[in-house]
Amino acid sequence: MRKYIVKRLLLSVMILFCVTFIIYALLRFLPASYVENMAMQLAMKPGAKPYEEWLEQLNAAYGLDKSILPGYLTWLGDAVQGHFGDSWKYTIPVLQKFNETVWLSFIMGAIAFILQLIIAVPLGVIAATKQYSRTDYAVTAGALIGISLPTFFFATILKLIFSVKLGWFDLFGLVGRDYGQLDAMGQFLDKANHLVLPIITIVIVSVGSLMRYTRTNMLEVLNADYIRTARAKGLSEKKVVYQHAFRNTLIPLITIVGGSLPGLFSGALITETLFSIPGIGFTSYEAMRIGDIPFSMFYMMFLAVLTLAGNLISDILYAVVDPRVRLA
Amino acid sequence: MAKKKAEGYLSAKESRRISKENRKITDAYEKKRKRKNVPESEYLTKMHDTGNAVEFDNLHTYFFTDTGVVKSVDGVTFDVPIGKTVGVVGESGCGKSVTSLSLMQLVQRPQGQTVEGEIRLNLGDKAYDVIKTPQEKMQTLRGNYVSMIFQEPMTSLNPVFRIGRQVDEVSALHDEEGKSEEDIKARTIELLETVGIANSKGVYDMYPHELSGGMRQRVMIAMALACNPRVIVADEPTTALDVTIQAQILDLLRQLKDKINSSIILITHDLGVIAEMADYIVVMYAGRVVEKGTAEEIFEHPSHPYTIGLMASKPVVGKKVDKLYSIPGKVPNPINMPNYCYFKDRCEMCVERCDGAYPPEISLSGTHKVSCYRYFEEKGEA
Repeated sequence: MRKYIVKRLLLSVMILFCVTFIIYALLRFLPASYVENMAMQLAMKPGAKPYEEWLEQLNAAYGLDKSILPGYLTWLGDAVQGHFGDSWKYTIPVLQKFNETVWLSFIMGAIAFILQLIIAVPLGVIAATKQYSRTDYAVTAGALIGISLPTFFFATILKLIFSVKLGWFDLFGLVGRDYGQLDAMGQFLDKANHLVLPIITIVIVSVGSLMRYTRTNMLEVLNADYIRTARAKGLSEKKVVYQHAFRNTLIPLITIVGGSLPGLFSGALITETLFSIPGIGFTSYEAMRIGDIPFSMFYMMFLAVLTLAGNLISDILYAVVDPRVRLA
Repeated sequence: MAKKKAEGYLSAKESRRISKENRKITDAYEKKRKRKNVPESEYLTKMHDTGNAVEFDNLHTYFFTDTGVVKSVDGVTFDVPIGKTVGVVGESGCGKSVTSLSLMQLVQRPQGQTVEGEIRLNLGDKAYDVIKTPQEKMQTLRGNYVSMIFQEPMTSLNPVFRIGRQVDEVSALHDEEGKSEEDIKARTIELLETVGIANSKGVYDMYPHELSGGMRQRVMIAMALACNPRVIVADEPTTALDVTIQAQILDLLRQLKDKINSSIILITHDLGVIAEMADYIVVMYAGRVVEKGTAEEIFEHPSHPYTIGLMASKPVVGKKVDKLYSIPGKVPNPINMPNYCYFKDRCEMCVERCDGAYPPEISLSGTHKVSCYRYFEEKGEA
């Protein structure tokens, strides 16, 4: 087992090198060049140097005069030592900006994810055990509605109902108008209050697929021969479903759960934008739009690490849940 | 009935109507079965002969599918005497397995429902009608009084639990004496030894995927025997195994049956297995019993044309034939059964009467019964 994990970790490092190189190359090819924009702006100023000169000077200053491979190696050399540089757009260290924005997104993502699991798994199981019943149709239809609703549309409806009509929550933003005057508890509650609608949006939009997945898996397991054996033993229906069947349903579910680890940190771009919440999704989108290579590089590398870690975790969990899987 | 444009063609509207009707019927049955605190008097019954462990009486088990009602078991009657082995033979889809699953109430629900008839289960001092027994009570009978060995040992054990746990479960579930965990484990290891697993302590901690098919089938048998059941249903217990293991498993079943004096219902389409194991034989065709009798009667004097065809189609050692006999034609569509003898279209020995209604059961001897018009005159009124 340990040998397997070490092997996988080494492999992950290899993959990481390739991934970061590809990302770096892609970022360099982006038509939106931060330096070109800046050079253009500077050249427009009265009495300034011509555009070409500015471009040359800036390219040298930002390290873009090197070709892709040396540029990547320079970035890599710094990154290995933990220096990710300053963000071009935000003009503060990348790590600082990341640290400022990621936790908000993580809290939102984590709460939404836990809610998803709590809602989707039991409902999926119930729908499967009562296949073709009213409950089943209701759950399936609900899931389908959730899957089909575009985020921006659903968020707008929520805003209309809860903010405009009922006035329970603010339309957007993370803090209210009188945030500064509140005590610590009040500030916390104020933030929590502002996160309710975004979290509901994320949950409703993504809960459906997990629910359907659980239902399908549960149905497959419930029709298995060993479930008939369990019934033939005289086990109660509850034990058949929640012990014999559920353990087997967990196996495919783990892939999904492991795979959603990066999703917790990547932020929800659309939701964050719609509700004007300064999370990592919104921040990284802005950085990428403007061609901020240091920030984008760090953000993407971070996601790649999480994806690899998520895969490793789900593989290990496989072995825990399914005795047929032996890691070697 | 469904209006058919072509064989098997159903319009969406037609299909919806059928499934809606089916839902109504099956819901009613489900509701009845799921009731709580049903008085025992409702499903208490009397054995017609106390020497029988199980009596199937006019059993009808139907499947309400979206294309129509499939009469899988359509009036099956036979007895299983205590301590005897009854072999049930017939081709695939003739209702053998559904008959046995009806006894366990394990027919795929809600589509599959027993709509008529009785299955009387002898519990010693009393007898239950399994069909009317509510689910709650049924769970105390399964595994305890009636147990089942399934035909697919490879998939019939839960892959994520250890063998020990799966066998323990049965003993613990039907344990009235309040045995300790060690006692249950000791019982399981003893059971594993009885079914001929040498490394019983090691196997106790193994997972199903670590065992071969034969070993798994032994575990299935151990599980079925855990509570010394009165009736063991063996649904093609050797189909998935190779011939040498087959013989061992059959030997084992026979020995164990004598040891705990239970009855076996052996379902198979292997006539060799039947000849070796069974005291009584029931031949089924298209959901009905066409012939039944002692093993000797069936093998020496097969009377129904189907049984005769079946006997003719088995290879005999020392006899050279160019081509093995096969019964011509195919089984009628289970949704639209004819109203005459189901075998008539394939029968080579039809008589005039065969155009009439389905033939009644005719007794050839005290135990030998056949549903065929060829014997109608000889025996007079049925």
